Amino acid sequence: MDGAFAQAFFLIVGFDSEFLGIVGLSLRITLTAIAVSALIGLPLGALLAVCRFPGRGAAVVAVNALMGLPPVVAGLVVYLALSRSGPAGFLGILFTPAAMIVAQTILVLPIVIALTRQITEDLWGEYRDHLTSLGLSGPRAIGTLLYDARFALSITLLAGFGRAAAEVGAVMIVGGNIAGYTRTMTTAIALETSKGDLALALGLGIVLLALTLTINVVVFGASRVWRHNVG
Amino acid sequence: MRDRPSILPLRAEGLVFETGGKRLVDGIDLVVGRGERLALVGPNGAGKTLTLRLLHGLVAPTEGRVEWAAGGGSTAGRKRHAMVFQKPVMLRRSALANVKHTLVAAGYPGPEIADRAMAALSRFGLDSVAARQARVLSGGEQQRLAIARAAGLEPDVLFLDEPTAALDPGATRQIEAMFDELHGAGVTLIFSTHDLGQARRLATRAAVFSKGRIIEMGPVPDILESPQSAEARAFLNGELLW
Repeated sequence: MDGAFAQAFFLIVGFDSEFLGIVGLSLRITLTAIAVSALIGLPLGALLAVCRFPGRGAAVVAVNALMGLPPVVAGLVVYLALSRSGPAGFLGILFTPAAMIVAQTILVLPIVIALTRQITEDLWGEYRDHLTSLGLSGPRAIGTLLYDARFALSITLLAGFGRAAAEVGAVMIVGGNIAGYTRTMTTAIALETSKGDLALALGLGIVLLALTLTINVVVFGASRVWRHNVG
Repeated sequence: MRDRPSILPLRAEGLVFETGGKRLVDGIDLVVGRGERLALVGPNGAGKTLTLRLLHGLVAPTEGRVEWAAGGGSTAGRKRHAMVFQKPVMLRRSALANVKHTLVAAGYPGPEIADRAMAALSRFGLDSVAARQARVLSGGEQQRLAIARAAGLEPDVLFLDEPTAALDPGATRQIEAMFDELHGAGVTLIFSTHDLGQARRLATRAAVFSKGRIIEMGPVPDILESPQSAEARAFLNGELLW
């Protein structure tokens, strides 16, 4: 075991090209999925908070329930959709990083929408009279709500990052875990552990934890600086 | 600011607001002219706040209508009457950014906004708190900021819902000084209050509310010193319970 830790250490500090490739691909896929989820999920969650329409309650329950969507089910759905005979088969992106981004986005999006809806709905309860008085009701209020809830919403995106970064099942199904092409940190850890190559698995595990910690520290620090300087 | 045609007089005819089978506002008729200071007085639950919200357009009446001269009910006219709430709503931003947000929402041209916002704060002695988070200001400062923020819109009419409730006498005096400043600048003030002394100090006319209706309305001295109805007398003597 000590030998595995030592080898893992050398993989990390030695800038092993395969190792770095896996880390880079994982970050690219996860951060892209988070960005897409934020672009879609933040305004959609805020709209769900301020708009009243028939079936809104059912929509809220559905989004909340989808937060618990099993990754392998998401992977299976994306696989069926993107397979040659599926409705999106013409895109030809199955077993590519693009398919992995789609799968991760499907997993992260409900988290972003559901938490954004809850956070902005609470804020809307507080701001409603003032914003309505200014003519900012319904969709016109969401800019103010998203801006003023920005610090709470950063936690939403971190939760989404956690979900995406830790995910194995969906990206394994739609990406295929192809070495040098669709192999991410989590799929590589699963594979190398089953093969008994603990050094690479440990090295990737340590980097995954370090990256998650670093991103949380950066977001926390940025929030504090922004809160202090911008107000 | 006062060169434009006024949106006043404001006329409310047969205003009713009903919910759950209960009439919370029951047939309010009211005309408010330019330059008036009208106090809505009455016990809790008498319909004062709801009437202010109906007049401002925050709530649609079940029956009746609110009419403004010169298009006060239009989208543009809506920006010429503002409302300050009993519990001031402070955005999670600095005091200055709160005023800027209101001006942006009202469609003021971008280059003017910073100067206008700072001027609105300075006008009421709030320039020293411009950079502070609005939500950490004292209750009195928050209410002054809410009034300054609304005044920044240069409204023809300002609705104020119990603006000094829960404030200490010093903060109340500062708010009342703002009333004088605003009225001097031509703003018509319509406010609710439980404080009959405040109604006497600030208002030219008072309307006494009970059970969703105006039971008596007239010049403040007449209403406070020689009320005509038994209900108004009971309220002014502290005997009318809702």
